[in-house]
Amino acid sequence: MNAITLKRRGSRISSSDRRFDVIITMIVTLYVLTILYPLIYVVSSSFSSGTAVTEGKVLLWPVDFSLQGYKMVFNYKAVWLGYANTLFYTIGKTMVSLFYTTLVAYVLSRKTFQARKLFTTLCIIPMWFSGGLIPSYILISGLGLNNSRWGYLLMTSMNVTYMIIMRTYFQTAIPGELLESAKIDGVSDIQYLLKIALPLAKPVMSVITLYLIVAEWNNYMGPMIYLRPTNLHPLQLILRRILEASQMDATMVSDADMANQMAQVGDVLKYGLIVVSTVPMLCLFPFVQKFFNKGLMMGALKG
Amino acid sequence: MTAAKRNKAPVNTLIPKRGFARFKKNFLRDRQLYLLIIIGIAPFLLFHYGPMYGVQIAFRNYRISDGIIGSEWVGWKWFNEFLTDPNFKRIFLNTLIISLYSLVSFPLPIIMALLFNAMRKQRYKSVAQTISYMPHFISMTVFVGILNLILSPTSGIYGNIFRLLGGSGYPTDFRTLAGSFRHLYVWSGVWQGMGWQTILYTSALSSVSSELHEAACLDGASRFKRIIHVDLPAIMPTIAIMLILRMGGLISVGFEKAYLMQSPLNLSTSELISTYVYKRGLSDFRRFSYGTAVSLFNTAINVTLMLITNYTSKKVTEDEISVI
Repeated sequence: MNAITLKRRGSRISSSDRRFDVIITMIVTLYVLTILYPLIYVVSSSFSSGTAVTEGKVLLWPVDFSLQGYKMVFNYKAVWLGYANTLFYTIGKTMVSLFYTTLVAYVLSRKTFQARKLFTTLCIIPMWFSGGLIPSYILISGLGLNNSRWGYLLMTSMNVTYMIIMRTYFQTAIPGELLESAKIDGVSDIQYLLKIALPLAKPVMSVITLYLIVAEWNNYMGPMIYLRPTNLHPLQLILRRILEASQMDATMVSDADMANQMAQVGDVLKYGLIVVSTVPMLCLFPFVQKFFNKGLMMGALKG
Repeated sequence: MTAAKRNKAPVNTLIPKRGFARFKKNFLRDRQLYLLIIIGIAPFLLFHYGPMYGVQIAFRNYRISDGIIGSEWVGWKWFNEFLTDPNFKRIFLNTLIISLYSLVSFPLPIIMALLFNAMRKQRYKSVAQTISYMPHFISMTVFVGILNLILSPTSGIYGNIFRLLGGSGYPTDFRTLAGSFRHLYVWSGVWQGMGWQTILYTSALSSVSSELHEAACLDGASRFKRIIHVDLPAIMPTIAIMLILRMGGLISVGFEKAYLMQSPLNLSTSELISTYVYKRGLSDFRRFSYGTAVSLFNTAINVTLMLITNYTSKKVTEDEISVI
């Protein structure tokens, strides 16, 4: 009897709820398609022939399948150089930034550290007030760090937001008793960081590493300001030059054969370049996603 | 009184040292921590506090050969020049309008997170969420490149669909219309950022206790009612915090996207304070002092807005927004 009423009630709810389910699924599907369609279109165009793209024949799937665009992309010396530069900057900057960020986060996570307030304040003030673009440029060019690959790595510093996330993790995920017992065993602060805290902080370290990698791979403004010579340009600057090419006067493109090729292959090359430069980052992101469920994102807010 | 003193005496021996002596003792105990934090923070201090010293060139006529201190002091000259510049009103309004318009997109990730959360099929839900994060990983250069390509009236999705639906010739080219810049800027931002912005709300929703939902179920609440009366109130604090943070950064519109979307044809709506600073101060004219003055003007407004929002948030949430 009881079971029957429950079942009945269940079915009554589910009829109105099923309609609700359908509506939600439809909205979400529509949203997913809005995200996916332009992305599929870009990939399909990159695998189509040059004429099919310029004549606007591509709608969803590749038309006249061809690898013309990719051949052009890989024939560019500038693209290879840009790739190498980007790899160098991304790996270098990520390592340097992670190093500084970890040190500061670790020390500020130690509750007995007496200068904690002072250093925390020093980290927070620049979030409110910064000198701005031009004074930074004057400082960095004064130090001779601009227009050099190593200089570009040296101008890296810790990231305050990630420092706070990591500090919160150190404080909440690593039990304080560990520190106490390590202290009794005569472990020094540096040994504790290396042997105990860091291995336990692997999840947060991986997320922050991935964020740093994505940020530097996609960085445009930094290299634009601090790496002027074209042989130092990372992929993003080269991309911009090529993507812009049709929109500006051909005489503005620095090298002549590039301007020529531009006119011939036009858009397919651009689509190919977009795919080639973006795929590495899209491959990374399932890894990032793994950590989302652990609520790491809240670290920044909860404090 | 003497009794109090006598009581105090043994306590003093338990906390043996005060002032400098205590500092010295703690310093020796924490010497390794001091070493670590100084290594970690030194570049940060240099690259963030160094420019704060250099900001004084906004009040000087900076010349590289004279150095910062050696350059002539001109007071408010550059600020006056900017405020009386015929372009000032337009640039200021452009910045303000685009940031206010961007606020339109604020509720969208909240709605989307609620919908994701209400989905029954867990597999489909996680696939949909994963796809929604994707655009966030596309660089701004590529993003603007895609935008320009698909909006092309001749060969982009936009033109192709126009012809598919029976249109003849080519449709209007929105990329070159100054009037469409703001719409493109804001709605393409929704496309790129909405999925990623749901994350915070999704993780807030995951902590809503299932007991509340069960109780609402027993009271006969429909699923829609449960979203409105259980889920939404549960994430209200998160929403409030995000809104306050958003208001604080109201006038700091990102440089990259606007700069990349600019063309000579849409400058009347796309020139913002940040892009103006870059062009006048650094790239084209290299008027260091003038650019610094304009950006200092912008910073002053930002700091004021942040102070106001922080004050308001203290009133509203009875708790300082702890980014820290």
